[in-house]
Amino acid sequence: MKANTNTHIVVIGNGMVGYKFCEKLLARKKNDQEFTLTVFGEEPRVAYDRVHLSEYFAGKTADDLTMASVDWYAENGIRLFLSDPVVDIDREEKLVRSHHGHVVHYDYLVMATGSGAFVPSIPGVEKDGVFVYRTIEDLELIQAYAKKAKRGAVLGGGLLGLEAAKALLDLGLEEAHVVEFASRLMPRQIDDAGSKILQSQLESLGLNIHLAKSTQEIVGGDFIKGMQFADNSFLDVDMLVISAGIRPRDELAKIAGLDTHPRGGIVVDNGLRTSDPYIFAIGECALAHHMIYGLIAPGYEMADVVAGALTGTEKEFLPYDMSTKLKLIGTDVASFGDPFIEEPACKTIRYENKAKGIYKRINVSPDGKELLGGILVGDAEQYNMLLQTCKNKTILPPDSEDLILGSRGGEDAGAGVMSLPDDALICSCEAVTKGMLCHEIGENGHTTIDALKKCCKAGTGCGGCIPMVKDIIQGVMKQNGQYVRNVVCEHFDHSRQELLDLVKMNGLRTYGEVLNEFGHGDGCEVCKPVVASLLASLWNENVLTKDRAPIQDSNDRYLANIQKGGTYSVVPRIPGGEITPDKLIVIGQVAKKYGLYTKITGGQRIDLFGAHVNDLPLIWEELIDAGFESGHAYGKALRTVKSCVGSTWCRFGVQDSVSFAIEVEERYKGIRAPHKFKSAVSGCIRECAEAQSKDFGIIATEKGWNLYVCGNGGSKPQHAQLIASDVDKETCIKLIDRFLMFYIKTADPLTRTATWLNKMEGGISYLKAVVVDDLLGLAAEFENEMQSLINNYKCEWKEVVDSPELRKRYNHFVNVPDKDPTVAFEDLRTQKRAKEWV
Amino acid sequence: MEPTTNTKDRIVWHLACSVEDIPEDGGGCALIEGKQIAIFNFARRGEWYATDNECPHRQQMAIGRGMIGSQGEEPKVACPFHKKTFSLKNGQCLNDDDYKINTFPVIIKENQVYIGL
Repeated sequence: MKANTNTHIVVIGNGMVGYKFCEKLLARKKNDQEFTLTVFGEEPRVAYDRVHLSEYFAGKTADDLTMASVDWYAENGIRLFLSDPVVDIDREEKLVRSHHGHVVHYDYLVMATGSGAFVPSIPGVEKDGVFVYRTIEDLELIQAYAKKAKRGAVLGGGLLGLEAAKALLDLGLEEAHVVEFASRLMPRQIDDAGSKILQSQLESLGLNIHLAKSTQEIVGGDFIKGMQFADNSFLDVDMLVISAGIRPRDELAKIAGLDTHPRGGIVVDNGLRTSDPYIFAIGECALAHHMIYGLIAPGYEMADVVAGALTGTEKEFLPYDMSTKLKLIGTDVASFGDPFIEEPACKTIRYENKAKGIYKRINVSPDGKELLGGILVGDAEQYNMLLQTCKNKTILPPDSEDLILGSRGGEDAGAGVMSLPDDALICSCEAVTKGMLCHEIGENGHTTIDALKKCCKAGTGCGGCIPMVKDIIQGVMKQNGQYVRNVVCEHFDHSRQELLDLVKMNGLRTYGEVLNEFGHGDGCEVCKPVVASLLASLWNENVLTKDRAPIQDSNDRYLANIQKGGTYSVVPRIPGGEITPDKLIVIGQVAKKYGLYTKITGGQRIDLFGAHVNDLPLIWEELIDAGFESGHAYGKALRTVKSCVGSTWCRFGVQDSVSFAIEVEERYKGIRAPHKFKSAVSGCIRECAEAQSKDFGIIATEKGWNLYVCGNGGSKPQHAQLIASDVDKETCIKLIDRFLMFYIKTADPLTRTATWLNKMEGGISYLKAVVVDDLLGLAAEFENEMQSLINNYKCEWKEVVDSPELRKRYNHFVNVPDKDPTVAFEDLRTQKRAKEWV
Repeated sequence: MEPTTNTKDRIVWHLACSVEDIPEDGGGCALIEGKQIAIFNFARRGEWYATDNECPHRQQMAIGRGMIGSQGEEPKVACPFHKKTFSLKNGQCLNDDDYKINTFPVIIKENQVYIGL
C-alpha cells in the first residue's frame, strides 16, 4: 500500500498517539509523495502529554505539556480542527463529517480516538463533587472544587488513581483516601508483597489506603457526602475522583459499522487495519492481539506501523512488552516481563527491606539461565538492565541474586550496558536501540544527552532511559579510547577542581585571563558562573568589579533574586534570626515605600519581593543606613544560620545557641562555594533549629557542641552526619573551616555538600579523617585559606551603593531612566504578587 | 561590527546609547520606538549584536540581562530565566527548536551605538 500523489489522510483524534502518527508520517515522507493531512480533535487543546498530566498540579502549565504548538501543524501543512469531533463516517463515499459540519474526503482514515475514563455504574456517581481524571479540563474542575473540599477520595488504586490521590494532597485537602476493589494496589503491575511496601510508603506520605472495598453507593443530596461500602463501612468525603480504568472510545467505529469487541475496542489486524481496509485504528481505542495497550510506548509503535504502511513500508505490530517503570509520589515502581509467574514454572528470588521501603522480586527460569520477569518497588535503579536482560534472554550469571542485590565485585558501572546486543531497545518510547545510539555517539559525535535527543529523539518520551543513555555515552567514548573527563563545558577541558588549582597557582583574577590561559572559544552560561564562583572562592573580591559582572549568573549580577516578571527580591542578613524592633520597623518602612511584598523565609529572615531593578540601590541604601548587610540570598554562598532561642530564654536549653549562630553566620557570611550552603545551631537535644537538615549543623550538649555535616532539605532530603562530639566552640569553628574549604576546593559545580559526600570514595569516614584527623595534612592550609577569605569580606550591596560606576548598571534601560513598563502585579491578600506568566 | 539579518526594504537607524553604556562581553536593554531591544557588546570578538529583549519562552523582558558566549563558532545569549539560548546571528533558539527571537543590525559610529529597525 502506498500513498502516492494527493492522498488524503484524515486522523480522528489529537491525543499523544494521534500527534505522534502525524510526526512519524511527516518524518517518513519522501520527496515524490504528496498527501494532505487533516486532524480532528475533540478537546479544545492541541495534543498534550497525558502521561505527565499530574505535573499540571505541581506547577506545569498546559503549555508545558503541549506536544507541539498549533504553529507546528500549520507549518507542516496539517489542517487541524479542534473542539470538533468527527460524528459520522460514510465508508461508501469515504467521507467524514464533524460536529461543526465539516465534511472531508479521505483515502485513508486513522482512528486515534483514545479512551475515556471508565465510570462504574454505582448509584450516585452523577452527584456534584464526583470527577474523572483524564483531561486538563478534568484537572481544572478538580482544582476548582478542591478549594472548598476537605476530604477527598480516589476510586481505584491503579497507577492513575494513586497519582490522582497525590494530586488531592497537593491541592491542600486535609485527607486523601484511596479506595481499591482488589486486595492490593496496582494489581496489574505488582504482587501482594510489593503492594504492602508501596502502601506503607504512601501512608507515610499521608494517604489513607482502603483495600478490598466494594463501593455500593455514593451518598449525599446534590453533593457527595460519603461512600457506602458493601461491608457496611462508610467513608466520609466531600469529593471523589474516579480512576477505575479506561474504556476505549469506539462509539464512532460502532456507528460506522466497523468490528468492535463486546467489551470495547476497535478490532484491528496485525497491520492495525480495522474491518475496513481503508481505516486504521491506533492507540488505546484499538484492540490488537486481543488486548488494549494502555501505555504510551506501544501507542507510539502503532503510530509508526501505520505511518510506515501509508508510505510504503509494511511492518507488523507485534505483541508489545508491557513492562513499566514509574515514579509514584517519590516511590519507584516497576514491573517487567512476566511479573506474576509462580513456582514451579520459575524460581523466584525476593529481597525485602521494610525499613527502607524496598521490595524486589525476580523470576528466573527453572534452569537458572534466563530472567523471566520481576517487580521492583522503592528502588528501580536496576530496571533498565533487568528489562534488557529479560528481553534479550541474556544468559544469567551463576549468582542471579546479584541482579537485584547489585554486583558486589566492584565491576564498572558502564560495562553492564555495553554488554547488551546492538538491537537492545533502550528508549522504548521512540524505539531507539543501543546500536543506533552507539552509531550516533561514535560515528556522528553526538556525545551529550541534548545532542542525542535532537538527532534521534532518545529520551524525549518518558525520560526513563536517560541514565542508561548516559552510561552508553560513557561506554562508547571509553571504547573509542576517549578519556571521559568531567569537564566544565565545551570551553574548558578541565574539571572544576583542576581549574581551581590552575587559577590559584597562576594567580588569575578575571574571567578573560582564565579563558585565555586555560580555555578556548568565547565562554558560555555554564563556564562563566563556574569561573565566577571559583574566583570568588579563591580571592573573595567583589563579584561585579573588573570583568566579573557579565560572567555572573543573573542573581549574582544584580545581587538580588530575579523573580517572575523580571523584578527582584531582596533579603537583608538577619544573623541567627535575631532582630531588634527598630530594624523590623525599617524593613516595614522600606517595603511600604517601594511597594514590596514581604514574607518570612524558611531561614528566619525576611524576603522583600517585587523590586524594580532601578530601585535596588535605593532600597539597599536605606537598609544599610539602618545597619543591615546583604544576606547573599542570590549567591551560591552561605545563606542563613538558623537558631533556636537556646539557654538565654528556653527552660530546656543547655547552651546559648543564638549567640553561637550569630558568631558562625558573621564568620562565614559572603563565602562563596560550588552551591548554596546553610547552617543551624540548636541549644539542646530537642533540635528545634533542625541543624541535622543543614550543610553543617551544630547541636549543644551538656559538655560542648556536636558537629553534623552534609545534610540538606530540598527535593532530596538527607540527614547530616555526626563528625565531632562535645567539642568546644574554637575546635568546632576550626573543623567547620576545614570542612568548608575541602568542599569548596573539591566539589563539582552546583553540587551540594550531601551530593558531594555521596560521590566521595570512602564516604563519611574519609571525610571525617580529612577534617578531624587531618589525614591529608592540609588542615592548617584550609584554616589559613578560610581566614584570608573572611578577612576580605565586604558587604557587596554597600560597594554598589558607594560606587557611581556600579550603580549605573541598575537601570532597566540604558537610554532612558524608565522602569520596565511591562512589569505587572496582581493583588494578593492586601499585598501583591507577580502576574502569572502566560 | 557585522550587520546581521536584513530582510526589510529600508532600515531606519536609531541612536541607542554610547558604547560605554553596554559592558564589555555583556549586554543591556534600550527603549527604541517603544520597543525593548537587547544590545550586546561582544568585545572578545569585536562584534555587536541586537535582539528582542523579550524571551519568547515565558514572555519575560530579560534577554539583555543574559550571559553571552559561544556554541562552537555560533555567538549566543542565554536567557536568565530558564537558560534558553539563542543565536545572536539569526535569533534561533539553540536548545529548543520551537523558539526564535528577532535580531537587528548594529553600527557603531563615533562611539555611539545605532540599531537598525
